[in-house]
Amino acid sequence: METTSPVERLLRGVALTLVVVFFMFPIVWIFLMSFQTNETILRIPPSVVFTPTLENYAALITGKLQTASGTLDIAFMRNLGNSVLLSVASVALALVLGVPAAYAFARHKFRGSEDIAFTLLSFRFAPPLLVLLPLTQYFQWLGLSNTYFGLIWIYQLICLPLILWIVRGYFEDISADVEYAYRIAGHSWFSTFRKIALPLAGPGIAAAGLLAFIFAWNNFVFALVLASADKQPVTVGALAFVTASGIQYGQIAAAIVLSITPTLALALYAQRYLVEGLSLGAVKG
Amino acid sequence: MTTLQLKNIVKRYKSQAVLDDLSLDVANGERLVLFGPSGSGKTVLLRLIAGVIEPDGGRVLIGGEDMTDVDAEHRGLGMAFQNFALFPHMSAFDNIASALTSRKSSRDTIAAGVHKVAKLLKIDHVLSHHPKALSNGQKQRTALARALVGSPPLLLLDDPLRNVDAKLRFEMRLELPRLLAAQGATVIYVTQDYKEAMALGDRIAVMAHGRIRQIGTPAEIYNAPADIEIARLFGDPTINLLDVMPQRGPDGVFVELSDMRLRLPGFGAQIVEKQCVLGLRPETIAFAEASAHGAIPVTVEAETPLNEKTVTLALTVRGREILVSRPAGTPGPVAGPAHIAVDGRAAFLFDKATGQRILPSELASKRNGEAA
Repeated sequence: METTSPVERLLRGVALTLVVVFFMFPIVWIFLMSFQTNETILRIPPSVVFTPTLENYAALITGKLQTASGTLDIAFMRNLGNSVLLSVASVALALVLGVPAAYAFARHKFRGSEDIAFTLLSFRFAPPLLVLLPLTQYFQWLGLSNTYFGLIWIYQLICLPLILWIVRGYFEDISADVEYAYRIAGHSWFSTFRKIALPLAGPGIAAAGLLAFIFAWNNFVFALVLASADKQPVTVGALAFVTASGIQYGQIAAAIVLSITPTLALALYAQRYLVEGLSLGAVKG
Repeated sequence: MTTLQLKNIVKRYKSQAVLDDLSLDVANGERLVLFGPSGSGKTVLLRLIAGVIEPDGGRVLIGGEDMTDVDAEHRGLGMAFQNFALFPHMSAFDNIASALTSRKSSRDTIAAGVHKVAKLLKIDHVLSHHPKALSNGQKQRTALARALVGSPPLLLLDDPLRNVDAKLRFEMRLELPRLLAAQGATVIYVTQDYKEAMALGDRIAVMAHGRIRQIGTPAEIYNAPADIEIARLFGDPTINLLDVMPQRGPDGVFVELSDMRLRLPGFGAQIVEKQCVLGLRPETIAFAEASAHGAIPVTVEAETPLNEKTVTLALTVRGREILVSRPAGTPGPVAGPAHIAVDGRAAFLFDKATGQRILPSELASKRNGEAA
């Protein structure tokens, strides 16, 4: 065992606390803000002592935003629903398309396989703004602008390469012998894929799916340009809080808390899959 | 039981030939050992027979049927892998059962089959464990059980004892022949361990650089190696290899050892003045009295007792190293000057340039007669 002096332990504790405070403070502050009115938020000096109010959440959920100049309709809950729909559907589609493709790229080296895989990856390099203008035009011609289908399709630019490349690595890590053994035992390649490759790459697929979900959830620019109000996710919808009569900090904070909750919950839930090393002990230890 | 024929198999990786026009016949019920250093193409060949990789040329015939284009799952073989290749997310039972589930047998039949083979391999008490919870020896037995459970007519074993400890390897080396004989399958066994090869093989095929260099019974390989490399690979301690240039003497061809003449009976004039390598198995050399006929003076440098034998390192007058092996417990010089007696008839002679063994004249002419 390594022995550490009390001083060293103390310093380490201080350093860790600083790091945690640095990263967690904004989230804590936002959380506190979401229970305050605009007046208490904008108080100088700021204070952590306040009377909590559920006004902000109530406004978001009812869709009625009270401002100095009257009541404004906001579609935040609809935006939240859109976000969930778009992200879940995009990741689901990307998994259905990407996982078999990743398996193919990992196991079968065919002519040009590297080139195709790289081309798919390169979708992630291109700045979205570069493709947005032509995309807008195409979408109008195809009648895809302002449809969920069109957005889910374009979200594949985000999700598919991510899933493809991460999952491919996991498939490559599975010893080919394990799959050979299953084939020789008399099973078809498809059942080998289903019964051996998929379960063994499970943690990797979960990790890739989670990452893709977060990226899809956080996307802003595609939805901003290609969808109008009723199809927009929260990232775009949050713009509504910048009103003519001022910025609604309280509601923004509440909106942020609501919109990070699904990804946070998912990340916490999927954590165990991310660290689980199922394939350990598969081959010689 | 079944037969296996490989005809002119070629396999290339990036234009590098891993298997180069390889042909092989394995008889019904035979145990053939594929032996060779790593990188000689043994494992590739085995996978090619199993059908998980495809040859670039040639045919694979199993039981006389052309299986070259048949998928692995339809070849009906059993195979055990060097790294065990167990399914980590399945219990040992399911691992073994995987070879039966594809046949649509009933659950009871499968369970009975698994338990039978598990009992045979003494792993019936760990069937519910996942591979992670198994010891190396149990993993190896599970992998073997999976290969055996379907009673395949052709069994491919890829160095199954490679990753288990020495004690277990020794046990399994004794146990395997009985086990394989009980199976009654034709067996292709890959190994890098010459002792394993000698213990398990009806015949041994020595591979190097994607070709079969020599094929024969263990005794043939040991007593009549085709070239220097094979002579070096079989035998522990390693064969003594000395550069020599045979000379013609009054009573036949001889080579010089410690400035003494060692007669090589049976060799003709074709080797005189030719760069050769003399191969002497350590156990064919014995210590002798100085007065004995043809005794060769040496200096004993060191002695290493190995369990059943004692190996002595000696130097010739010209400083060449010679290993002498004798059964443990027999007396021998410990240090200083001594003499050895060498039987010229037990010596091998190799062509230094090609590495090929040069046969004694009468043997060579006999071989030529057979060929004609």
